[in-house]
Amino acid sequence: MIDLKDITKVYQIGEEKIYALNHVNLHIAPQEFVSVIGPSGSGKSTLMNIIGLLDTADAGVYTLDGIPINEYSENALAGVRNRKIGFVFQNFNLIAKLSAEENVELPLIYAGTPARERSEKVKKALEKVGLSSRAKHMPTELSGGQQQRVAIARALVTDPSVILADEPTGNLDSHTSAEIMEILEELNDQGKTVVLITHDNDIAKRAKRIVHILDGKLSEVRL
Amino acid sequence: MSMSFKMALRSIGSNKLRSVLTMLGIIIGVIALVVLVSLVNGATKSVNEQIASLGTNYMQIYIWNTWDDPLTSRELETWADGEELVETVAPTIQNSATAKFGARSKQVSVVGTTSAFYDIRGLKLEKGRFLKPVDVQNNSCICVLDSIAADNVVGYRDCVGQEISLNGIRYTVAGVLAENDSMMMFGGESTVYIPFSSMLRQYAELSGGIDSFYAIPPKGVSVSDAAVSVRNWLSGRFEKDEWGNDNFYVSTMDALEDSASSVTSVLSALLGGIASISLIVGGIGIMNIMLVTVTERTREIGIRKAIGATRRSILSQFLMEAVVLCMMGCIIGVFLSWCILNLANSVVQGLGLTFDLDAGVVLLAAAFCFAIGLIFGLYPANKAAKMKPIDALHYGG
Ligand SMILES: Nc1ncnc2c1ncn2[C@@H]1O[C@H](COP(=O)(O)OP(=O)(O)O)[C@@H](O)[C@H]1O
Ligand SMILES: [Mg+2]
Repeated sequence: MIDLKDITKVYQIGEEKIYALNHVNLHIAPQEFVSVIGPSGSGKSTLMNIIGLLDTADAGVYTLDGIPINEYSENALAGVRNRKIGFVFQNFNLIAKLSAEENVELPLIYAGTPARERSEKVKKALEKVGLSSRAKHMPTELSGGQQQRVAIARALVTDPSVILADEPTGNLDSHTSAEIMEILEELNDQGKTVVLITHDNDIAKRAKRIVHILDGKLSEVRL
Repeated sequence: MSMSFKMALRSIGSNKLRSVLTMLGIIIGVIALVVLVSLVNGATKSVNEQIASLGTNYMQIYIWNTWDDPLTSRELETWADGEELVETVAPTIQNSATAKFGARSKQVSVVGTTSAFYDIRGLKLEKGRFLKPVDVQNNSCICVLDSIAADNVVGYRDCVGQEISLNGIRYTVAGVLAENDSMMMFGGESTVYIPFSSMLRQYAELSGGIDSFYAIPPKGVSVSDAAVSVRNWLSGRFEKDEWGNDNFYVSTMDALEDSASSVTSVLSALLGGIASISLIVGGIGIMNIMLVTVTERTREIGIRKAIGATRRSILSQFLMEAVVLCMMGCIIGVFLSWCILNLANSVVQGLGLTFDLDAGVVLLAAAFCFAIGLIFGLYPANKAAKMKPIDALHYGG
């Protein structure tokens, strides 16, 4: 379903060219759980943003569900981000002035889901991450782990087939990290494709497949 | 739609002080527009009422040529009898005289006319009676004073039965007219009315031609239709002067009304235009703040795009915010205008002036504010909508 061919992303810093991604080839099948590991600045986030349609490659072909993404219109891309992909960021990226449940509701609003159905789905998503009791809380009233769980609820509320998590445990202590990982594993068990970015080997090992990235170059790792 | 409305309210409410400051330009603009136009309208209404109180259904015809083949009152009345579009006429000849009462002596204007004058002009008496047909038949030496003449010549109004002299000829005062606004408006000259026939005798040098007359149409006929028949008759009756102009002029009160209303509508448009400029300045303030808002909320825009917001939904969110800001400013402005007009009403109480909130200008202000919100919101909203998700997400670290 996710197929990257010779994907290249170059940043021009003054005279110097930085290859954030250097001819990357990657195929991810439905329901896979893939970890991407690599040191800081190796290109992990760039890869994730291209897969998640937040950014575009300078060269190469990215085919999503059989259609090259350059054939999608701007509107269609928004629709794919909305319904097929759920994003989880390192810094949570919740909207500060919306409560937990309103943050979770937002993707459904953009999907055009009717109000009654929305509140049902929001309730279910918050239940799934164990945060039903905090629905009315504002993000600032929640701990880091709780905020990340709200973010996961928001990612899965439209029932996307892919969850992209960019260092979701990067800002969390080990205990909370373990809880978040459990939720991601559970989602994978329920049939979602999960792509997890991390620089923590222990966390990466919980995935069924690990790819390694260094200076924009990708290689498969067999454990 | 209702969702972006809620979001807009929320975002406006989350920074109340700034929102109010932003709206201030719009509020002041709306107040300027609504209050100025309502004041002009109030004044216009009162001017129109005064004009109407003059009696707008008569016309006054001035005749410049009174020497060759002068128009006599008999000819005028004969014509009026045969003319369906004219009900009654009152011929007048005007001159000046020295009026004496006892030792007092004053310059007055003397008008020779008939009894019809009273009804046509809608006059009212304070004392006594007006000229009667018999006075005209008998060349009676009686006169009717207007209130100013009574004050100036006799010195008091209750003077029926007193004798005054006009250029040495003695006249008995038969009546005194009530004071009336129009007299004040038209200069307040002392005027003495005497029978038309007595006028001709008094001023033997006159040709006998009337220099002006009043006419009213019968019920159901407009003044302007009657004026046409008068013009037709007189242009046949009098030759044009050496420059090809008519030797007469027909003046109707609706012409006065027309010119008054054209003056006030120009005034209203002028003030409205100035006020609109301040509204536009307010709109630029809105645009400025919306640009700041878009910059401040770049990350939020990035998040919204990452979870599936389309360009259109971002555009409508910020556009809605600008429009709601403007409309709230408009509502506050209209409310304050209403307060100001009430205040103005209590200040001018008793002057015959009232200032009402004009529904038309309120609608105009609302439409204007809506347009300003759209126009000045569009650029910032479009700027937000066009952002690439990744750039927006990474904005400011
Ligand atoms: N917007 C950008 N402008 C310039 N260089 C960038 C930009 N984004 C990323 N880079 C560079 O691309 C490389 C890969 O970055 P990134 O994908 O964020 O790495 P990682 O997520 O693995 O830490 C880094 O060298 C980084 O400096
Ligand atoms: Mg990164």
